[in-house]
Amino acid sequence: MALAGIQIYKLLPQTNCKECGFPTCLAFAMKLAAKQVELSACPYVSDASKKQLAESAAPPIRLITLKAGSDVKAGNEVVMFRHEKSFYNKTGLFIRVKASDPELAKKVTAADAYKVNYVGMDFSIDGFAIEADGDLTAAVKTIRTVSKRPLILMTKDAALLDSSLSLLAGESALIYTADASNYEPLADLAKKYKAALVVKADSLDALADLTKNIQAKGLEDMVLDLGGRNMGEWLARSTQVRKLAIKSNLRALGYPVIAFPCDAKDEGVAAAQAIAKYAGFVVLSEFKPELLYPLLVLRENIYTDPQKPIQVQPGIYEINSPKPESPVLVTTNFSITYFSVANEVEGSGLPAWLVVTDAEGMSVLTAWAAGKFDAERIAKAIQTFDVASKVSKKRIVLPGHVAVLSGELEEELPDWEIRVGPREAVDLPAFMKQALN
Amino acid sequence: MPIEIPKDKWPGSIKTVTIGATSTEGGTRAKSISVGGQASMPYLHYEAPMPNKPVIAIEIKSRKPDDWSPLLVEAWGEAMAEPAQWAKKAEEAGADIIVVALTLADSPEDAVRVVKSVLSATGLPLIVWGPGQVEKDNELLVPVSEATNGEKIVLGICEDKNYRTIVATAMANGHLVQARTPMDVNLSKQLNILISDMGMPKDRILMDPTTGALGYGIEYGYSVMERLRLAALQGDAMTQLPMIVTPGYEAWKTKESKIGEGVPEGWGDWKARAINWETLTAIALVESGADIVVLRHPESVKRVKAAIEELVTI
Ligand code: B12
Ligand code: SF4
Repeated sequence: MALAGIQIYKLLPQTNCKECGFPTCLAFAMKLAAKQVELSACPYVSDASKKQLAESAAPPIRLITLKAGSDVKAGNEVVMFRHEKSFYNKTGLFIRVKASDPELAKKVTAADAYKVNYVGMDFSIDGFAIEADGDLTAAVKTIRTVSKRPLILMTKDAALLDSSLSLLAGESALIYTADASNYEPLADLAKKYKAALVVKADSLDALADLTKNIQAKGLEDMVLDLGGRNMGEWLARSTQVRKLAIKSNLRALGYPVIAFPCDAKDEGVAAAQAIAKYAGFVVLSEFKPELLYPLLVLRENIYTDPQKPIQVQPGIYEINSPKPESPVLVTTNFSITYFSVANEVEGSGLPAWLVVTDAEGMSVLTAWAAGKFDAERIAKAIQTFDVASKVSKKRIVLPGHVAVLSGELEEELPDWEIRVGPREAVDLPAFMKQALN
Repeated sequence: MPIEIPKDKWPGSIKTVTIGATSTEGGTRAKSISVGGQASMPYLHYEAPMPNKPVIAIEIKSRKPDDWSPLLVEAWGEAMAEPAQWAKKAEEAGADIIVVALTLADSPEDAVRVVKSVLSATGLPLIVWGPGQVEKDNELLVPVSEATNGEKIVLGICEDKNYRTIVATAMANGHLVQARTPMDVNLSKQLNILISDMGMPKDRILMDPTTGALGYGIEYGYSVMERLRLAALQGDAMTQLPMIVTPGYEAWKTKESKIGEGVPEGWGDWKARAINWETLTAIALVESGADIVVLRHPESVKRVKAAIEELVTI
């Protein structure tokens, strides 16, 4: 937790020598608290004070980065509820595979290639967790021939880990799992290979003891497995750990959490809870797009900055190479809205001009209710984007939900024909085929 | 090292609201259902016990809908044509409450007949929604309310434009109301104030903060619910009401649930994806403080119910 100016002042020499460029140590301390100067500007800070100040400046939940061909980050979170600021590092979704699986390469290839688009963003999985039920080193080699994504190695066998990690030079993998009985060799390995280490214990007390012992061995990159009999217990622990780190600044538990919905009774439900309630990494049992897609969307929704709706640039968008006689469709610049419409039209193969008005990133009805999507704004967009110069047929299609705007828009744009389209974008292609000829 | 678990001690708590009346309470329900009563954020049993767990309502329509996903039609089959049968099947599927949604095509007589047939087909408490058009809502809900006096039905949906008539008839006939506002803490408070100013006791109001489906605005609903619950715990009396949300309606409106063909390959198997869409939307809302979730597919009901069971088992 960041220190207040007066607490920082107590750690300074208090001689007011002015070498930092400020008249007093207190003035310097205030600037430090506001993060407007660097501590190095004072040549006389003691080493002990430096250490304390550095610790207090560290984030309450350590940032853990798993590295390979791509990076996955967890931690660095600062709030309990997303509306308080935002959640930052999206939960990493890992697919569990078995070293013994004869189809390993095939399965990893399929999951690795997975790509799905949601409102203009491409989502994919983040990596693989390999169960060492067969030859782990062989499995790591196999996986590395088909995927460059970060790995979680699931074994407690130090020798096996050593030989597997040695294959992953330049990467940061995640080792699963250390407990009170085996943490020493595993912590050494994690240090040697710049890996992060998952630690597991039956209670938060025991977990904190374990992380402290590991910290004492000089390893800082840890991830917590909270165990828990069921969803209720896991939720309680996850909430407690987050609160202890953020509110009580408890360093011993200031690490991201990993969850294993793959072991739960209902994987989808447990994974949804883990994403909403603070997991940094989630391990899924297998590659199933019908579950992965909703989870990726949920993750995006939970981690979206609540202060800024995802928007697209207002303007005129050409879909399927429109010609002068193609229809002009009007919508708002809320990403979800834009892509619902654009995807439908694009998928239908029918050409159209899509005019995206500046509705401050709001959906059709929200913007309409807030006065950000009215006849005046639509008319202004038509003029600003000089739509008339692009078309031969002056005809505008409004979203069905704002049919009430058609009268006013006729007044604003007297030489245009105003048509009301269907309410839902799914019905647009049929409407364009039947009604717009 | 013993760790001291930080606990919030809140000054406020949620009102307990009871839906449905048994014969000893002046109605005909086999049992009544209570929701609310919490004094902590959802499922933090170590801070305060949770006197009532969230419950599941299944939505049925007064006449067979023609725009529901084929997957829902497959799940409910013939029963959809007959509200009494549909309600029975919904009870078997695990509903705690039945929502009867009336339509624009219903006459007041139809509405009364349908609601009465559902009351005799099941022993569960009911929620009755008008079709969502001010005049038609009032035209249907008033006779339904009078014909079911004393049953402690929830009438809805009250919005800022049409709450007076619904609240008045609910008060006169011993019913409750569902108060909906568009995802805004202050609007929720305002409507609750307007309704209680009419004389409606607060333990007969359910707050509906509105929700969106996964991918279609759920994050707004999710955060508004957390904020409403926090405000209630901090002592704001006008937000201390249990929350009802409609993930079934929202999720089954989306393309992801409705459409099986011509969609991106990355969406996976249609049926499993559609049910995941509803279930995961509901789970997110359960995590953010929902007391009643209104669902449509029996499989989602089973999954959300099992999750709630895990969440309340300590
Ligand atoms: C999320 C949401 C919000 C979010 C904002 C999200 C955003 N960035 O827009 C928040 C919480 C901020 C919000 C605020 C408000 N909201 Co609001 N909100 C919603 C909600 C839940 C979902 C909207 C959404 O994202 N839909 C998904 C998008 C994709 O839908 P869409 O834009 O309509 O696009 C579809 C169609 O219109 C069509 N389409 C789009 N373009 C085109 C073009 C053509 C040519 C065609 C044919 C079709 C077409 O295709 C799309 C897919 O089918 C709805 C209720 C609901 N469940 O639907 C209420 C809702 C839209 N909100 C409403 C209101 C009143 C408000 C507020 C005014 C409340 C207030 N008084 O403060 C504020 C206004 C905001 C402000 N002042 O800043 C009302 C509108 C009522 C009405 N009928 O007028 C609604 C309907 C809720 C309700 N039932 O009361 N809201
Ligand atoms: S340089 Fe250091 S000791 Fe000197 S005034 Fe600044 S803070 Fe104080």
